[in-house]
Amino acid sequence: MKKIILSITMIAVGMTMANAQKLFSTKAGQIKFNATGGVEKIAAVNNQVDSKMVDKTGQIVFSLLVNGFIFDNQLMKDHFEENYLETTKYSKADFKGFITNISTVDFSKNGKYNVTVDGSLTIHGVTQKVSTAGTLTIANGKPSIVGVFKIKIKEYGITGLYIGEKIASEAEISVDCKYD
Amino acid sequence: MYSLKKPTQTLILVVFVLFLSNKLIAQDIDLFKMQEAQDKKDQANKRDLVTATFKTTRMVNGQSIENVGKGIMDLKISHRFGTVNTGAYNFFGLDQATMRIGMDYGITNRLMVGIGRSTFNKEFDGFLKFRILRQSTGRRSFPFSVSYVATSIYQSVKPAETTYQIYQTDHFFYVHQLIFARKFNDYFSLQLVPTLVHYNIVPLTTSENDLYSVGVGFRQRISKRVNLTGEYYYQINPVTGTYNTLSLGFDIETGGHVFQLHFTNSTGINEKSVITETTGQWDKGDIHFGFNISRVFTIVKPKAMANAKF
Repeated sequence: MKKIILSITMIAVGMTMANAQKLFSTKAGQIKFNATGGVEKIAAVNNQVDSKMVDKTGQIVFSLLVNGFIFDNQLMKDHFEENYLETTKYSKADFKGFITNISTVDFSKNGKYNVTVDGSLTIHGVTQKVSTAGTLTIANGKPSIVGVFKIKIKEYGITGLYIGEKIASEAEISVDCKYD
Repeated sequence: MYSLKKPTQTLILVVFVLFLSNKLIAQDIDLFKMQEAQDKKDQANKRDLVTATFKTTRMVNGQSIENVGKGIMDLKISHRFGTVNTGAYNFFGLDQATMRIGMDYGITNRLMVGIGRSTFNKEFDGFLKFRILRQSTGRRSFPFSVSYVATSIYQSVKPAETTYQIYQTDHFFYVHQLIFARKFNDYFSLQLVPTLVHYNIVPLTTSENDLYSVGVGFRQRISKRVNLTGEYYYQINPVTGTYNTLSLGFDIETGGHVFQLHFTNSTGINEKSVITETTGQWDKGDIHFGFNISRVFTIVKPKAMANAKF
């Protein structure tokens, strides 16, 4: 009888281990965008991106404060916040999605994997579906993600005189997050 | 109490406990729900500094609450044409002009300095502007911003013949201003500016060396690019023969610059000449058309941008 109890215990513990999900997170991820349309560089960087990822399910979220973007030029930042992104109304932007091929990633050994990410991106209070490719790197059990994708600015309800001129109609967004 | 004499019961208990713990430990993590909870928490704790109370560092003639950012140089060229009531012969004032060319620089996000040269009385000016308090919203909100501006002006026009000795110090004038400003919403901002103008030498023996005044300025957004602005200084102890300055204009934003177009009864452009030496009267038609052009240059990039590659 004891053997039966023991074996059932083992099985149950084993199941628990197998189901355990690991959560990776960072509060210092980097997201850049470049929307240069003319000669003047229209680009900014945010180094305080909050991101979390789950290894088993591939679920991934990114979140940032829009007024955390740093520009070369204060005036451009003011225009970005007040006239384009309307940060007093929409203070955050986020992405919620899944790494669809997470099963191919082995978190236990070092390596580079091409991953695809599907999800919904919310900017300026407007949510759009986004699908993109990126690279997931495992180094000493810690993952990091880099990826680049483009969005059409007007699809997010952002309006303004210079979109399509000085400001490109598509913004290139680069993501670089190292998780703990 | 409990013995292994009843193994079946033990088995059931163990299985049940493990099943339960399994449930607890391996409960699926839902990041979307976590994020929503985080957003709610952040919303409750957020504190934002209010930015862009006014569109640029000047209302029309006088200082606004705004500073240029750290490492930014702002080249400003200001023109005031002659008065419109000079008629068609002078092309309604456009034949004449006074101007000021100046350069402002942000040492930190709180401290800016500037220098300038005006044609009116051939005056040089230098100022520093410091943000003391900043309006903020959310947790630990504060309802308005406060800045201090100190300006000194050197008048280099050759003094008229006098019976008394003119010293070098007699060419200097000092202006101290406290600016209280509030951005009510994205559309409307207001500021109040108690001001002291000090003359080292006064034009008339009856004049006082310390002249007090209070300025008021507003901005009303008309469209995303165009704001209506106004500025008025009330002199508490005015110099005889001068009037309070009133200016109305538009701030037009065009990407890297802010273009200001306005009408004012002041001929000069620095604080001393605007507040205490305005001889024009609006109701007599002594109105000058004028404009300020501002172009900003990034001298020192923010660290994060300098390190980021695009």
